[in-house]
Amino acid sequence: MTDLTDLGIAAIRDGVREGAFSAREVAEAFVARVAAAKSLNAFLVETPDHAFAAADAADKARAAGETLKPLAGVPIGMKDLFCTKGVASTAASHILEGFVPPYESRVSQNLWDAGAGMLGKLNMDQFAMGSSNETSAFGNVISPWRRSDGGASGKNWAPLTPGGSSGGSSAAIAARLCPAATGTDTGGSIRQPAAFTGIAGIKPTYGRCSRWGVVAFASSLDQAGPMARDVRDCAIMLEAMAGFDPRDATSLDLDVPKWEAGLSGDLKGKKIGIPKEYRVENMPAEIEALWQQGIAWAKDAGAEIVEVSLPHTRYALPAYYIIAPAEASSNLARYDGVRYGLRDLPDGANLQEMYAATRAAGFGDEVKRRIMIGTYVLSAGYYDAYFTQASKVRTLIARDFEAAWESCDVLLTPTAPSAAFALGEKSADPIAMYLNDVFTVPSSLAGLPAMSVPGGLDAAGLPLGLQIIGKPLDEQSVLNAGLAIEQRAGFTARPEQWW
Amino acid sequence: MSVDTATVKRIASLARIAITDAEAERLAPELGNILGWIEQLGEVDTGDVAPMTAVIPNHLRLRDDVVTDGGARDAVLANAPQAEHGFFAVPKVIE
Amino acid sequence: MESTYRIQGATGEWEVVIGLEVHAQVTSNAKLFSGASTAFGAEPNTQVSLVDAAMPGMLPVPNRECIRQAVRTGMAIEAQINKWSRFDRKNYFYADLPQGYQISQLYHPLVGEGSIEIEVDDATKTIGVERIHVEQDAGKLMHDQHPTRSYVDLNRSGVALMEIVSRPDMRSPAEAGAYLRKLRSILRYVGSCDGNMEEGSMRADVNVSVRKPGDDLGTRTETKNVNSVRFVMHAIEHEANRQVDVIEAGGRIVQETRLYDPDTGTTRSMRSKEDAHDYRYFPDPDLLPLELDDAFLDECRASLPELPGAKRARYLSQGITPYNAGVLTAEVETARWFDALLEAGAAPAQASNWVASELFGALNRLGKGIEESPVSPSQAAELLGLVADGTLSGSLAKQVFEIMLETRGDPGKIVEERGLKQTSDTGAIEQVIAEVMAANEDKVADYRGGKDKLFGFFVGQTMKAMQGKANPQVVNELLKKALG
Ligand SMILES: [Mg+2]
Ligand SMILES: [Zn+2]
Repeated sequence: MTDLTDLGIAAIRDGVREGAFSAREVAEAFVARVAAAKSLNAFLVETPDHAFAAADAADKARAAGETLKPLAGVPIGMKDLFCTKGVASTAASHILEGFVPPYESRVSQNLWDAGAGMLGKLNMDQFAMGSSNETSAFGNVISPWRRSDGGASGKNWAPLTPGGSSGGSSAAIAARLCPAATGTDTGGSIRQPAAFTGIAGIKPTYGRCSRWGVVAFASSLDQAGPMARDVRDCAIMLEAMAGFDPRDATSLDLDVPKWEAGLSGDLKGKKIGIPKEYRVENMPAEIEALWQQGIAWAKDAGAEIVEVSLPHTRYALPAYYIIAPAEASSNLARYDGVRYGLRDLPDGANLQEMYAATRAAGFGDEVKRRIMIGTYVLSAGYYDAYFTQASKVRTLIARDFEAAWESCDVLLTPTAPSAAFALGEKSADPIAMYLNDVFTVPSSLAGLPAMSVPGGLDAAGLPLGLQIIGKPLDEQSVLNAGLAIEQRAGFTARPEQWW
Repeated sequence: MSVDTATVKRIASLARIAITDAEAERLAPELGNILGWIEQLGEVDTGDVAPMTAVIPNHLRLRDDVVTDGGARDAVLANAPQAEHGFFAVPKVIE
Repeated sequence: MESTYRIQGATGEWEVVIGLEVHAQVTSNAKLFSGASTAFGAEPNTQVSLVDAAMPGMLPVPNRECIRQAVRTGMAIEAQINKWSRFDRKNYFYADLPQGYQISQLYHPLVGEGSIEIEVDDATKTIGVERIHVEQDAGKLMHDQHPTRSYVDLNRSGVALMEIVSRPDMRSPAEAGAYLRKLRSILRYVGSCDGNMEEGSMRADVNVSVRKPGDDLGTRTETKNVNSVRFVMHAIEHEANRQVDVIEAGGRIVQETRLYDPDTGTTRSMRSKEDAHDYRYFPDPDLLPLELDDAFLDECRASLPELPGAKRARYLSQGITPYNAGVLTAEVETARWFDALLEAGAAPAQASNWVASELFGALNRLGKGIEESPVSPSQAAELLGLVADGTLSGSLAKQVFEIMLETRGDPGKIVEERGLKQTSDTGAIEQVIAEVMAANEDKVADYRGGKDKLFGFFVGQTMKAMQGKANPQVVNELLKKALG
């Protein structure tokens, strides 16, 4: 029998339905694999009982001849940004240490309602602020992928980042600890870690997935989405995650399309735009080569390639690094040591001193940095020059995309400007780290659906991703283009198990 | 763009994050770099451009005036570092 | 007419400039952004949703009724209603503010310019209203239950408030008092706020500055959360005098937030950090712009009641005196009661006099508000009808009214059962007159001899003999005839 942990969502779902194996067997296989992978530090909390309960419910339903739910028997990982009832939820920050939500986020509830079970809570960059998973208060995740840094034996392995902020999710999927996991994407936090670990991930249109119960980073950008081994699994899982939620005022009141049923890798009649501004300075030749390869695959799938221009692309990152920290500085004001989480009360401290001590002790450096930037750009005298200007630039960026949609259906770009880097390699230079998101941030600012699919390996044997960006609400075209590339890329590489 | 330590301290105080002098020294050039980098936005001519108000065209929905929540004091207080007699407790505030 | 309230300083007269920011709690079942109840007086933290406690990942969804009530209030003061408005976050840290920000409206308020007319010393003055915006209330801090701790109750956290910001158009404590009373009256007419200042449903932030008449505006101070009309007037008086003292002593007024102490009638500076005014307002990214359509506005307008100004004008046109019209329109309950009385058929002028004297007198004695009146408007209309059609004399009506107050009975029945009907039966009255004259022959002679004043004596005797039930007009006529 095949190793059940080699299976993705569709294969597990179908296997359980057909009785090829039980959901319990699947859960047990993954639970054991999670338990054996502590050195990756991907999970902050393991919840085997949750996974077993869902599996048993699926097996019972099948035995009773009931129609199985869409994700019956599928155990998944849950990014720790999602509040889960009765299970510690920390956003990988000390400031939320010990916090056990008395509520379940809408997205996780949707997944449980669809029959999925939870293997545990996944490590991440603290408050989703980071691109390498190094800002977690509970230690960074280590990518299952390794890069040979040479040495006499040729085996000086540099521990690599799994990307961020959904790095626990990407590492866990790539290491076959779970078939799929939730991610959240504010400026690329689903797509970049997916690219770094050779998996697929989609950020849907802003408003598709409810933000209710998801620890907020930057409200106008945050979107949940699935991360999985392939495009079909992403489609299945996104169908379960998405949906209107009256408790989120920005949630879209629309039916969830049948994305899986609509999958087709045939791109005949489709136009794929290649934004010329994404050819950035110092882009590694391998990234450029992969992009060209992607274009060739798209053509092969029947698409017409058109060059488009997104003239404000270079301003997306600075605009993002005003808007996201500004929103974050306010969203994170609630972590004050009064109602939940950490409280640091030095002797004789008054209320305001308690706040300052609590927040100094509870937030990590990157979180503090962003709160400071956000506080600065909103403070008296700077608001218009920074925040208002950034919000106007954001309008221009959205207009660029609107103009592009007049000549194409989706855009194809690299996901990240490099393959996964070594842990510690960029942590000294915040701006170098921020530049990782150069290709993912513009579509985040415009609220567009975008996904990363594996395209191939670089010379060091590390995965590289291609990004597809679509029109608002047109996740189907994004998934289909992703599928076309996936079918042609034939990406089967997986990290050798060393952990 | 240069940011001095006094500014760093003022911002940290506004954000209620205690910092030491050494941290302020360290943060000043770091924040200065980041702010200097984002200042390139000033180049963009945004004269008659409206700031973005909704990421995706959508209308604010209003809910009905119905009591649907509350009455869950235990859940509200469950995670509190200090709760007494049904209240959250904080160091005494003198107004 | 400009009020001439002045403060006598050592250097001459000073003018006081006053603006009020009134926080009025919107009447609603649930909070502005959560489904928790707004009922007053509940056990601590029992009316708190996870949203109000700012748990991680919780999101605001606005309550339509709160928006509607603010729009109706704006319409009531003929203000501009902004069909496009937006919520902003006002960021500051305090234990009664769980989110670390208040959701309010700074840049694009729901309601723009309007005005309120006040009357002071028989003169009418228009006070400008700059804006009305909708925002969340904070929770409550309790300081006296523990020696070293303050306690936080979030029951009020997230309750909807309207902040009604006046122009600095008032020039005396009396004008400020009149403005507050008028505003309260309008809110209660509209039904958008119960105006209950004791329960904190209305609080005023009082902005005061002083200047030599004709000078530019001086630096103002803001005295926070003053919760009665009397206290507002006191606070202004004290603060204006304090400012004059400071300036005349060579000092300078600093723009600051102050607290009013009702026990001493004074204001004092709040120990505030210098950053208190750097609120870092920005649009709340959890909420989209609030766009109102015509159907919504039409419904708001259609549901507005007749407001005090219009009502007063109608009363005047119905022959009611200006004094009575003022009294009857001051409180919405009175006006409602009076309108019900008119609807039940009472004649306006007669009814207004009766309410202003008889009913108010009785309620005063009983210590009851008009909404608890033992006599209903329809019963009162019936009573006034019995006077109008001559069934009851004025004094009989008073008797009947007393019985009504006691028994809550209908006047017609009371008159019937107790035989209180006045008589216009000339035969019966003539007979009594004859008896009275026979018993007082000396006075008849005196009267006929020119002592006109004795006429009243005969009226009194006749009425007394008839137990007050004779129609006084008929008695007068017949007496004149009999006495010659
Ligand atoms: Mg105010
Ligand atoms: Zn206010």
